Amino acid sequence: MAQYEAVIGLEVHVQLNTATKLFCRCRNHFGDPPNTNVCPVCLGLPGALPVVNQAAVAHAVKTGLLLNCTIAAFSKFDRKHYFYPDLPKAYQISQYDLPVCRAGWLEILLNEQPRRIGITRVHMEEDAGKLMHDEGGGGSVVDLNRTGTPLLEIVSEPELHSPDAAYAYLTTLKQLISYLGVSDCNMEEGSLRCDANVSVRPVGVTTLGTKVEIKNMNSFKGVHKALSYEIERQTKAVSAGQAIVQETRLFDTVQEKTVSMRSKEEAHDYRYFPDPDLAPMTFSAAQVEAVRATLPELPRARKERFAAQFALSDYDATLLTSERAMAEYFEATVQAGASGKAAANWIANNLLTALNAAHLTLAQCRITPAQLADMIALVESNAISSTNAKNDVFPVMFATGASPQAIVDEKGLRQVSDTTQIDAWVRAALEQNPAVMAALTSGKAKAAGTLVGAVMRLSQGKANPALVNARIAELTRAYLPPPPEPA
Amino acid sequence: MISHTDIAYLARLSRLAMSDADLAVFMPQLQQILAYIEQLRALDTTGIEPTAHVLPLRNVTRADDVGASLPQAAALQSAPQVGDGFFCVPAVIE
Repeated sequence: MAQYEAVIGLEVHVQLNTATKLFCRCRNHFGDPPNTNVCPVCLGLPGALPVVNQAAVAHAVKTGLLLNCTIAAFSKFDRKHYFYPDLPKAYQISQYDLPVCRAGWLEILLNEQPRRIGITRVHMEEDAGKLMHDEGGGGSVVDLNRTGTPLLEIVSEPELHSPDAAYAYLTTLKQLISYLGVSDCNMEEGSLRCDANVSVRPVGVTTLGTKVEIKNMNSFKGVHKALSYEIERQTKAVSAGQAIVQETRLFDTVQEKTVSMRSKEEAHDYRYFPDPDLAPMTFSAAQVEAVRATLPELPRARKERFAAQFALSDYDATLLTSERAMAEYFEATVQAGASGKAAANWIANNLLTALNAAHLTLAQCRITPAQLADMIALVESNAISSTNAKNDVFPVMFATGASPQAIVDEKGLRQVSDTTQIDAWVRAALEQNPAVMAALTSGKAKAAGTLVGAVMRLSQGKANPALVNARIAELTRAYLPPPPEPA
Repeated sequence: MISHTDIAYLARLSRLAMSDADLAVFMPQLQQILAYIEQLRALDTTGIEPTAHVLPLRNVTRADDVGASLPQAAALQSAPQVGDGFFCVPAVIE
């Protein structure tokens, strides 16, 4: 049997996080009461005229540069016509033949190997409203708050050949766009959506097989599952000599399979034409270079810098640069005086664990980078033990946002490095542990180690552990039998 | 030449109900329009930039500042059917 390979192209829609919509000054905001962020422009009332949001254009250019695209010297908006209840004008303002960005690429890591995936185009368009269906079989209802939300449609070349590659493409794209700060990239809130075109062909063949479009994948894992299912379905069909029907299929998230939409197959005829209400846009080379200069340091460059500048492991550097907010938190912590290694450890091991457990994002974190640095300084100056820092100080900081000094003072956690006090605890521990004493006098020096726990308990964890070890060694020496006389 | 099928297709795309009497009126009109387009198509436009917009305007944009939206009641007032702040439409089934 012939071996088949999959050919996948992805269309990703990203909602831009501008303050206002693409063509009107209504708020661009998710979760408000229905039909409250609407005006004559986004309701499509007669005579209303759209005006382009310059922030959305700037975001589009930035994203294009991020994806190594050519920015068009001349670009325009076109009308795409179709009737649907969530589209009040009966046309969507989009871009047809002159998108803002063309011919770029995105580098992904696949099996640790870098691979460039071509980006066909990135164009601007407006989102449609939200249509909800009455489960009871009644009518449908429409909320037009989303209508006119600025979107970027990012179209890849059909250069992905596995669900893993598609997944890597999506996670990389999401990471980069999040770094850019032009979108929240929240799939649950619909600010990032993905459709896939997939076909199969015998390995070695260079022409494309009949493609199927898959919609309704609401998570990256969903995309992976839908593609896996669809590739297997098509491979089986083609192997059995059946033809693939060009169609749109929906991913059923419950059954984890794709199903044909079975809509009346009326060929799409969108009758695109330039929108006469909107003036074309031009971008000079100087403008484009000015935008390029504002691009942030991207994850890979930042990871390499972190590894070199702060002597971090590849793992830590990757983790700390996976999100821009985290990379900035880390750098702010270092700037506030913490060593790179300590800041990395506390963020990677303690802060992220706590945030995950509490289902919080870094933006919601109550510990400021300066506070974290202060806490690290308290540990490193031996003012508190790292155990106390972990168990008693950090959790309170995390829960209340209080400063580490205040918590240490309030709980009386300041580490005791006073030798007289530690000696008293060591003696008390010895008296409480006659077995240890007996072991020592019979020559078992290692028995002294078991006193550490007892001393730490007596000190309520406040004794300086290094000093405790030193003082135990010193004070127990007297109980050991004298070393044998040299012969 | 434009056919009945073409007109019916256009009418469907535009969601216009057309009776045979309507077709009899509009067919010749459309044919005239298309004949005119044919005349234009006869011109040699080699080397002429397609017109994207008839006005010499470029880059008409606005700042990203929030302005007032309509009150919900005003937004919904012209709709034939509303409920719970939504526009109500016939069931849409894919």
